[in-house]
Amino acid sequence: MENLSSLTVEGETLQQRVYQALEKITQTSDSQTLDQLRVHYLGKKGELTSLLKTLGSLPAEERPKAGEVINHAKQVVQDALNTRKEELESAALNARLAAESIDISLPGRGQKMGGLHPVTRTINRIEDFFSSIGFTVAEGPEVEDDYHNFEALNIPAHHPARAMHDTFYFDAHTLLRTHTSPVQVREMENKQPPIRIICPGRVYRCDSDMTHSPMFHQVEGLLIDENISFADLKGILQQFLRAFFEQDLKVRFRPSYFPFTEPSIEVDVDRGDGRWLEVLGCGMVHPRVLEMSGIDPEKYTGFAFGMGVERFSMLRYGVDDLRLFFDNDIKFLSQLS
Amino acid sequence: MKFSEKWLREWVNPALDSNSLDEQLSLAGLEIDGREAAAGDFTGVVIGEILSAEPHPNADKLQVCSVTDGTETFAVVCGAPNARAGLKTAFARIGAVLPGNFKIKKAKLRQVESFGMLSSEQELGLSESHDGIMELPADAPVGQDIRDYLQLDDQIFDVDLTPNRSDCLSIAGLAREVGVLNRLSVTQPVLNRISPVIDDQPTINLEAPTACPRYLGRIIRDVNIKAATPLWMQEKLRRGGIRSLDPVVDVTNYVMLELGQPMHAFDLANIKGAINVRFAKPNKELTLLNGTQLKIKPETLVIADDQQALALAGIMGGEASGCNETTQDLMLEVAYFDPLSLAGKAREYGLHTDASHRFERGVDFKLQERAMERATELLLEITGGKAGPITEAVSEAHLPVRQPVTLRKARLEQLLAIRLDDAEVSDILTRLGLEVTDTGSAWVAQVPSYRFDISIEEDLIEEVARVYGYDNLPVKAPTANLIIQSRPESEISQRKIRELLISRGYQEAITYSFIDPKWSTLFDPNNEPLALANPISADLSVMRTSLLPGLAKALSHNQKRQQPRVRFFETGLRFIKQADKSLKQEAMLAGLISGNRFPEGWTGKAEEVDFFDLKGDLEALIDLGNNTDRWQFRTASNPALHPGQSAEILYQQEDGKLVTAGWIGALHPQLMKSLDLRGKVFVFEVTLASITQGQVAQFQSLSRFPEMRRDLALVVDAELPVGQLIQEARIQGGEWLQKVTLFDVYQGKGVEEGKKSLALGLTWQHPSRTLTDEEINTQVNQVVTAFSQGYAAELRS
Repeated sequence: MENLSSLTVEGETLQQRVYQALEKITQTSDSQTLDQLRVHYLGKKGELTSLLKTLGSLPAEERPKAGEVINHAKQVVQDALNTRKEELESAALNARLAAESIDISLPGRGQKMGGLHPVTRTINRIEDFFSSIGFTVAEGPEVEDDYHNFEALNIPAHHPARAMHDTFYFDAHTLLRTHTSPVQVREMENKQPPIRIICPGRVYRCDSDMTHSPMFHQVEGLLIDENISFADLKGILQQFLRAFFEQDLKVRFRPSYFPFTEPSIEVDVDRGDGRWLEVLGCGMVHPRVLEMSGIDPEKYTGFAFGMGVERFSMLRYGVDDLRLFFDNDIKFLSQLS
Repeated sequence: MKFSEKWLREWVNPALDSNSLDEQLSLAGLEIDGREAAAGDFTGVVIGEILSAEPHPNADKLQVCSVTDGTETFAVVCGAPNARAGLKTAFARIGAVLPGNFKIKKAKLRQVESFGMLSSEQELGLSESHDGIMELPADAPVGQDIRDYLQLDDQIFDVDLTPNRSDCLSIAGLAREVGVLNRLSVTQPVLNRISPVIDDQPTINLEAPTACPRYLGRIIRDVNIKAATPLWMQEKLRRGGIRSLDPVVDVTNYVMLELGQPMHAFDLANIKGAINVRFAKPNKELTLLNGTQLKIKPETLVIADDQQALALAGIMGGEASGCNETTQDLMLEVAYFDPLSLAGKAREYGLHTDASHRFERGVDFKLQERAMERATELLLEITGGKAGPITEAVSEAHLPVRQPVTLRKARLEQLLAIRLDDAEVSDILTRLGLEVTDTGSAWVAQVPSYRFDISIEEDLIEEVARVYGYDNLPVKAPTANLIIQSRPESEISQRKIRELLISRGYQEAITYSFIDPKWSTLFDPNNEPLALANPISADLSVMRTSLLPGLAKALSHNQKRQQPRVRFFETGLRFIKQADKSLKQEAMLAGLISGNRFPEGWTGKAEEVDFFDLKGDLEALIDLGNNTDRWQFRTASNPALHPGQSAEILYQQEDGKLVTAGWIGALHPQLMKSLDLRGKVFVFEVTLASITQGQVAQFQSLSRFPEMRRDLALVVDAELPVGQLIQEARIQGGEWLQKVTLFDVYQGKGVEEGKKSLALGLTWQHPSRTLTDEEINTQVNQVVTAFSQGYAAELRS
């Protein structure tokens, strides 16, 4: 800094005063003191501001130079003040942030998520696959009449197939549905093809042990249209099983017997361990069943299939005891939700 | 049905090992449920003969036998009481290994050395029989390996036949099927017609020809019923799951297994007069062969003599007319009973026999004579005796008629999506026993008497597909017209409802639709539940009229397992009997909360749930439908709920009618006590339809003008439902009132006893201008006046 001997404050040179100012600014640790320094040096009556007022007493030829020197000094002090102010603010912010820091490892507040029952979860998955190819969901009553549960499905009274359904009765004509097929019957009675539905729901059999529950769930499906063949049935079910298990599993189709389908089929899968597991029953809808519901079997053909939801759920999630599904033990449900 | 693989292979022997045969049968629709070895895994056991049996010097129950294997003689200590000199039996020599890897070594039993072991059937894994050591016939060749002698290297197949395949309930039928599948011819026993040596004949009257159109009887005199059934027959029966009893029963069972024809033998001495096949007379009793005493129902077909019913036709014979160890003369019965007439009959008596199983499904109606000849032949061989001629009573008009079935080639191709070679189709059908004529565009097939399951075109398609192999048929993805399904936006899906509850911490439960009648009464005494006629147990015997008992039971289950914090919901039907005797099956949504409001945590102190937690969740559900103004909560009492903490939920239908949608409240303390529930429990149940039926939102233009709010501080009676005030404010606030907010309810210090203080915020806004203070004041005054006049509310300054 240039010095002019003519500019002095309290007997010290301008340069000395500026140096002192810078020293004080640097040592300041709070914004209040810093503000006082600003007033002291640069305020209206501040030391450096006052110097400017003394210019008039200087010889004319010195004045421009002196003005320049004083302004420069002011600028230097101003810069130092600004820098220090920012430093202090930044330090204050850091101190605040440090004080406000929390233990982010603590768990969050509020409700935990609940969950779907694994049966609903499985039904949803099955519904999604079939609705993606145009099937809609149909539902129906659970307390059924004998006609819709049996007769209309080509299972007359005393048919040996009735022995395969351990039926809960209320009276001679009223029962708890043993499958969701009556929903299909009701749909066929009320609608002409094309029909593409799946029927999920509760079904009941009078049987209870490790592998049988008196209540369980089925999803049955029905597709009726012109020119539906055995090849369509194989195609859809193969695709579905591979999609459901997310695995390119081996699928085999084995002849079986259901009074409402002809031919009737049971489907086995091999998930890679060389064991065939029966997973589905299906078949081409029996012409008598179509006829009884008012559909022309010469014009239309179709197929039906049915699966046990708990069984799919057990295979999918590795559950080994059917009874767990209806105990509603939170420890079980929350595992699979 | 169980059968011996070796027996099947005597009839037809494809070049397949047991595994492949198993798979082939399963893939042809004859599902093999299981397979087991005919005997345990053992080696080194031969036929031995006991030369002498002396008492053991140091043990009362043991004998020291001298046993020969044909070359050497061994001292063997044996504990079986039937060990005796001259008996031929199973002899496990030293070095033999019995099932369970049990090695036979030289042993010392009470100071006497024993060189081997004499074995029982059980020890060889042949049966559970442990009556003593095996008794082999006198002509059994000493020294021969017992496995060879009894042909024990065999598998027992257990085939789970579907009800339509009664034709396969025999070795003959299974062999026919294996023949078709492997294109092999089948060897069957030659039919020997037995020439009668006596003239005796029964008189047979078919009094119910629809139920029994054919009945054959034959008298055989002087049989030796004490003769032993040959071992080979005993073994085949054993592997077929039938215990050997006496030669007469064994032969009838053998013929049933071999040919599929159930038979019965009467002791001729106990038949008085003619054989009458008729329906039972009222109030008659019969004791069956198995000792069961029963009252015969009138619709039951019986075999009777001139005095009484002797047997339940096609189900089981009677004890009094059956054969026993004193029987000398007998009458063999071979009949055809109509499946429909017998259907369900055995079940009515709690019976299920090999005979009823076959007759209900259909026995070949042309098989009777052959079966009679076969049985006679076998019986005479074993028991001796003199056979009379066969007496046949038949009503041809009542025998089944097999109509020819037409299979159109085009239909076959359409249904299987493949054009099969004509010759192959003809061949498959012919091998199955159908007489086939190719008409060019179709086949016409005459169905054999043993197939009860082929009557329409599709039945033939199934047969062709089955034999061709389902897995060999083509696969394709179906094609269809793509139509967008309509899905009303106003409808709230069940998925959305579930998701909302799940994000509010609820776990979905699924409880039984049938419950304990006691629980039903506790929760819903006003609705008599629909009761099952045949419940699985008393606590699952009536249909639920509410979902709440099930949820309460689930809560109880969890409370007993140290899980006090429970938030459950369930959807499903409730079943309510209507005044007109019909049944209403209505989909409901129910929820239950108990325990703490939030999962245990470090923030704040744990608080138990209250009514308003549950109400908040229910209001959120209602909000889904975008029609909150249609809903009301009204104080009302419900027997299951706490009278001071319960509300009826009302819903205004599309037609303006206000209906009960459900209930919400705390479970009644008395009920909680009865069910042994702890803590506080809040429940709700509403019809699902009221929640799923929402409405589509309509846009209302946003006002650019300022909202004006006025807060009112009021003191009212503590009893007054605040909901009424809010409702009143909405009515009195004028058309520009936008919102009424309750932001404080206070009772206690500073408020007079029996009163409560409220704070309400009212907000107005005009769509097209700024409201003036005067306008607002007018509305506020109107509200305040209504409050003070209608509800004795005082304005607090």
